[in-house]
Amino acid sequence: MRPMYLALSASLLATTAMPAMAGKAEDTLNWATDKEVAVVDPYFSVTRELVIMGHMGWDGLVLFNNETGEFDPLLATSWEWKSNTEVEFDLREGVVFHDGSTFDADDVVYTINFLADEASGVPAQSVVNWMKSATKIDQYKVRLELVQPFPNAFAYLANEISIMPEGYYENSSIGADGTRDLSKVTPIGTGPYTVSDVRTGKYVNWAKNDQYFAGGPKGTPQIGNINFRTIGESNTQLAELMTGGLDWAWDVPKEQALRLEESGQVQVVNEKTLRISYLAFDVDGSSGQDYFTDQKVRAAFAHAINREAIAKELVGPASVAIHSACHPEQFACSQDVPHYDYNPEKAKALLAEAGYPDGFKFDLYGYREREFTEAVIGDLAAVGIQANLNWLQYSSLLEKVQNGETPVNHMTWGSSSIPDVAAITSHFFSGSSDDPAKDPRTAEALARGDTSVDPEVRKEAYQEALNIIAEEVYWLPMFTYAKYYVFSNDLDFTPTADEIPRLYEASWK
Amino acid sequence: MLAFLLRRISTALLVALTVSSLTFSLNFLSGDPAIALAGESATQEDLQTIREAYGYDKPIPVQYFNWLTGALQGDLGQSHYLNQPVADEIFQRLPTTMTLGLSALVFALVLSIPLGVLAAIRPNSLFDRFALTVAVVGQAMPSFWFALTMMLWFAINWRILPVSGSDTWLHFVMPSIALGYYITPGVMRLTRAGMLEVLRSDFIRTARAKGVSRFSLMFKHALRNAIIPVVSLAAVQFGFMLGGSIVIETIFAINGLGFLAWESIQRADLPMMQAIVLVLSFFYIALTFLADVLNAWLDPRIRIG
Repeated sequence: MRPMYLALSASLLATTAMPAMAGKAEDTLNWATDKEVAVVDPYFSVTRELVIMGHMGWDGLVLFNNETGEFDPLLATSWEWKSNTEVEFDLREGVVFHDGSTFDADDVVYTINFLADEASGVPAQSVVNWMKSATKIDQYKVRLELVQPFPNAFAYLANEISIMPEGYYENSSIGADGTRDLSKVTPIGTGPYTVSDVRTGKYVNWAKNDQYFAGGPKGTPQIGNINFRTIGESNTQLAELMTGGLDWAWDVPKEQALRLEESGQVQVVNEKTLRISYLAFDVDGSSGQDYFTDQKVRAAFAHAINREAIAKELVGPASVAIHSACHPEQFACSQDVPHYDYNPEKAKALLAEAGYPDGFKFDLYGYREREFTEAVIGDLAAVGIQANLNWLQYSSLLEKVQNGETPVNHMTWGSSSIPDVAAITSHFFSGSSDDPAKDPRTAEALARGDTSVDPEVRKEAYQEALNIIAEEVYWLPMFTYAKYYVFSNDLDFTPTADEIPRLYEASWK
Repeated sequence: MLAFLLRRISTALLVALTVSSLTFSLNFLSGDPAIALAGESATQEDLQTIREAYGYDKPIPVQYFNWLTGALQGDLGQSHYLNQPVADEIFQRLPTTMTLGLSALVFALVLSIPLGVLAAIRPNSLFDRFALTVAVVGQAMPSFWFALTMMLWFAINWRILPVSGSDTWLHFVMPSIALGYYITPGVMRLTRAGMLEVLRSDFIRTARAKGVSRFSLMFKHALRNAIIPVVSLAAVQFGFMLGGSIVIETIFAINGLGFLAWESIQRADLPMMQAIVLVLSFFYIALTFLADVLNAWLDPRIRIG
């Protein structure tokens, strides 16, 4: 009797303890990341999660098409540039917000004018401060005025500018420190999914918006519910994937992703991203280690490091080695710049020419994937250069970099998913404190590109800047990042290079 | 007695504030909080906006003074990352961490006290060596490794427990064991040592001579005396578990104070970190105080002393 009782207890325990099996059976896609989401608002939460959710719950005027590289009409149906700083949009009719109110020009005018006002308190000012104002022309036509010519205007409109209903933020209370208490604002957008339940820091549940307009570039949502929750530990995420508690996860470490792929329990995809890796040199010698004021030394680094091998062996099959200071997928990111092939002998010869036949020791700073940086150190050691690794938190490292205290730093940049060189090359080489070289030639060329909306003028200007950077080796562009996505075998999902997973396009097989 | 209590409370406040000010200073050693808040793609302009919005452009002593005056008036501020009042967030999550801490403590005591008593009854026996092995393994094994091992077996291989979350009592089984097992060795060894000492004392010999039953001798006479240091240790360990649940809460995705602390450190959410340190310090101090009172109840000699 006793063994029977034990067996019964065990089976009862097993029945009640099994994790809630969501997924296809319950038409619920469960995904998780390691970050908590408290405020479901794409402007007041500077996380990638809210960029993803922003696209689920809200629509912008346009949507970037990863396949064509063009911008598709979303809440706008067409547009026309009236000058370098003015663009008029015709708006889509028949669109309703989640609360049932009708979308029109007043909502666009409200959203843009709210964002353009610095007093709005939006933390990512660079995302919104290029807009000067919006004016209603008629119920379905608005004019957007820019502060100055801005080539990334459409990229921001597509990725970051979600249209809120008129008066959306008016009812949010102001906290003791002057910030808005956005927890009291009910998320309302026009997007393909609507927030069905949210618990601060724990989960955000979304339900299909049955009223979503037909014929738009986001398609018609297929999956009934998309639930997000926070799981801080990657091993736990994987355990949930294996047991059916999760249907989707990303940024899975390579080794774990490959092991999971072998198990056959889930689908694993390695997809390129817009993030790149680079080494930046202390070109002016401000760090106190002045080896890198000599172009020959910087070129020696370029020949010494086997970027191809790091990309393919360590990062993933979707990663590629790069030669210019931008991502090859970005507009005007030409790879037709001076190349430095992997050639340790050439590196040694350049070091000897620079007066360091026996190499030297220097401080290398890094913060992200230690194994990538260690591979760099190994390659440098092979030509006699000894790197002393300083591993820091990003916030500490960036301070040192901007203060010019790092001889060489191994950094990354994701361009905020903007597919344009202005989001990277112009950021780093226009003479700001992020610019390691402060070369007036690059600053001038980039300014030319940044203030034109003529694609040919821009391409020519950026090519000039990229050539100078490569020739001088102010940066050593290393490789593009690639992310491992792991998701349920039941799920039909296609990742994109801009790191904005279109979960609203996913469906069950 | 009132003067004693007031003295204890004011000392507690001072300790909490000292810990808080130290944490505040240390936070700035890990870099510019504006960078941590803004994320990796932030521009200089974004960083400046954040610095001004959150007062990070002011000198650190001014920032601390502002926080302190607010805290003394009951305003713990607004979380920079979660955009929520800090106090609301903490009190919303405290019950989860308390549940985890208490269940871990119960697990630890239920396992360690009987083991300690039984090991003391027959010192150097096979059972005693087994109990000591349990203690050594518990002390040597990192809690995160133990947690992941349990997850592998109970959640992935056998699928009898949920992997993560905090929705039902089943979600707390593995985290409680992982957290509680870490303190089991200390409690068990202390119980064993205390029992061995008490069992050699005169009053036990007298009680035995008077024909007191073995059970009553062990659990009524001996354990009551042997457990006094265990109470102090358990109280301190409970405080430790509340603060030390960071790893366990992170592994099992339990939405408590520990995970909130981890997130706040990652995000340099200073108001939240300050408040968590304060709350946990208060708990620690209160538990120590409670342990003293309990000990005084268990042993009247302490009251006299």
